[in-house]
Amino acid sequence: MHEKTIAQLSAGLAAGEFSSEELTRAFLERIARFNPRLNAFITVTAETALVRARAADQRRQRGEAGPLTGVPIAHKDIFCTEGVRTSCGSRMLDRFTAPYDATVVEKLNAAGAVMLGKTNMDEFAMGSSNETSFYGPVRNPWDLEAVPGGSSGGSAAAVVGRLAPGATGTDTGGSIRQPAALCGITGLKPTYGRVSRWGMIAYASSLDQGGPMARSAEDCALLLGAMAGFDPRDSTSADRPVPDYAALLDRPLDGLKIGLPKEYFGEGLDGAVAQVVEEAITEYRKLGAETVEISLPNSRLAIPAYYVIAPAECSSNLARFDGVRYGHRCENPKDLLDLYTRSRGEGFGAEVTRRILVGTFALSAGYYDAYYLKAQQIRRLISDDFQRAFQQVDVIAGPTSPTVAFKLGEKVDDPITMYLSDIYTIAVNLAGLPGLSLPVGFATGLPVGLQLIGDYFAEDRLLNVAHRYQQATDWHLRAPAAFA
Amino acid sequence: MSLGPAEVAKIAHLARLAIRDEDVPAHARNLSAILELVAQMNATNTAGVAPMAHPLDMAQRLRPDAVAEPDQRACFQAIAPQIEAGLYLVPKVIE
Repeated sequence: MHEKTIAQLSAGLAAGEFSSEELTRAFLERIARFNPRLNAFITVTAETALVRARAADQRRQRGEAGPLTGVPIAHKDIFCTEGVRTSCGSRMLDRFTAPYDATVVEKLNAAGAVMLGKTNMDEFAMGSSNETSFYGPVRNPWDLEAVPGGSSGGSAAAVVGRLAPGATGTDTGGSIRQPAALCGITGLKPTYGRVSRWGMIAYASSLDQGGPMARSAEDCALLLGAMAGFDPRDSTSADRPVPDYAALLDRPLDGLKIGLPKEYFGEGLDGAVAQVVEEAITEYRKLGAETVEISLPNSRLAIPAYYVIAPAECSSNLARFDGVRYGHRCENPKDLLDLYTRSRGEGFGAEVTRRILVGTFALSAGYYDAYYLKAQQIRRLISDDFQRAFQQVDVIAGPTSPTVAFKLGEKVDDPITMYLSDIYTIAVNLAGLPGLSLPVGFATGLPVGLQLIGDYFAEDRLLNVAHRYQQATDWHLRAPAAFA
Repeated sequence: MSLGPAEVAKIAHLARLAIRDEDVPAHARNLSAILELVAQMNATNTAGVAPMAHPLDMAQRLRPDAVAEPDQRACFQAIAPQIEAGLYLVPKVIE
């Protein structure tokens, strides 16, 4: 059963080929067997999963099942789950049991999806390799010595390792798309505001967005359909209807205009990755699409602007972790200042500390205009570049990541090199656009992702464009031999 | 822009974040490298460009001024490090 996609599992459940309880047991067994090798899960919720699976089976008997009823999934450990530890990959929240469910969790529960557990991630979603987790790195199922990408690395590894057919992720600068690319799965970062951020632990609030990670675009369409929608509890939630993504997958691609930004195919892109991406674009031409070279002239400024805006917002958001109301508290604080500083110093790891310090500096008196204001102006230029491009083309395509998965430990001591891993994904967050990564082949034995970028709220188009490719190819169905 | 150990200590104080003395040089080095990366922005003229704070340029919604959430103090305090009589306890602030 583990080799099936969510769409296939959903059909199998509907046809009575297996029950949700049997399916859930099968995935729990795989987690027990393979998780020690991958470290993809921080918490496994086996007992509740079986209770929920039985409830899903009963719901089906009553004739009330939807497409996700009884389908097991995993949640990134950034989403609050009532009564279940929600660590965010940090010592700060190692003993934090969330008192409520995030909207995304609540919606997927309501759809009848069965939570298997909480997946590993870079601490507070800050990282591109999953090496900053307090719970240790996740390993890439294609090469256990390589990183799975980050920050949603546990979700990506769980899906490609067949420990879960689908998972939730979050993406602030590439954290869904980059691990999806490095692990060879499909991941979608929706338009900012499409998926509620309520109960999703904040990193950089003007950039954070939750989304689905699964094997195929069809599966992502099913998950997004359940996750998306207006939420009055999120002040930046978009109040607009959710299309039936699954019903819009099959539209032909004839006449589709794909823009290829010349800045995404230049210096810094690995040659073998470039070749695989070119082949995918050739396949799109065969499917009826037309390609046009475009320019996003301010692309190179995305990383500099991001490393002001994201740390600035992070320094403000993470101020809430003060050792008073919840989270880690140091032993025997001598006064209030000591309580704050030591609780935070002990609770946060190196990368989180680094970003809080950068953000605090950028927002400190006398530096605001030079850093934060400047970065927000650059953000506007980057967004304008995309809007100009979308007057000319329907979607933009390019590599998701400049390289395939790198080795564990290779970049961990060099933050700047690590940051460059997100060179093609970050601009999309700054503009607030939707972006999707789909697997399109292998370079040196490791998966390569193609990134598709759409205009605001064009998730249906991105899923459609990815789905048509997946109907013609089978890269998204490949499994690492040891986990097949 | 390059930051020295004293500046790192000052920023850490502003962030209410204890960092170990032996980690200060590494932080100074990494922070300086990040600021150098960020300085690439300066080559671009942004005079007259309206800053973009939010991707959708949306207005904040208002809601009716009515109680919408029930009292869940006991539930939220159940995960607090130290409470007494419904209050969060911290070290004595006033002698």
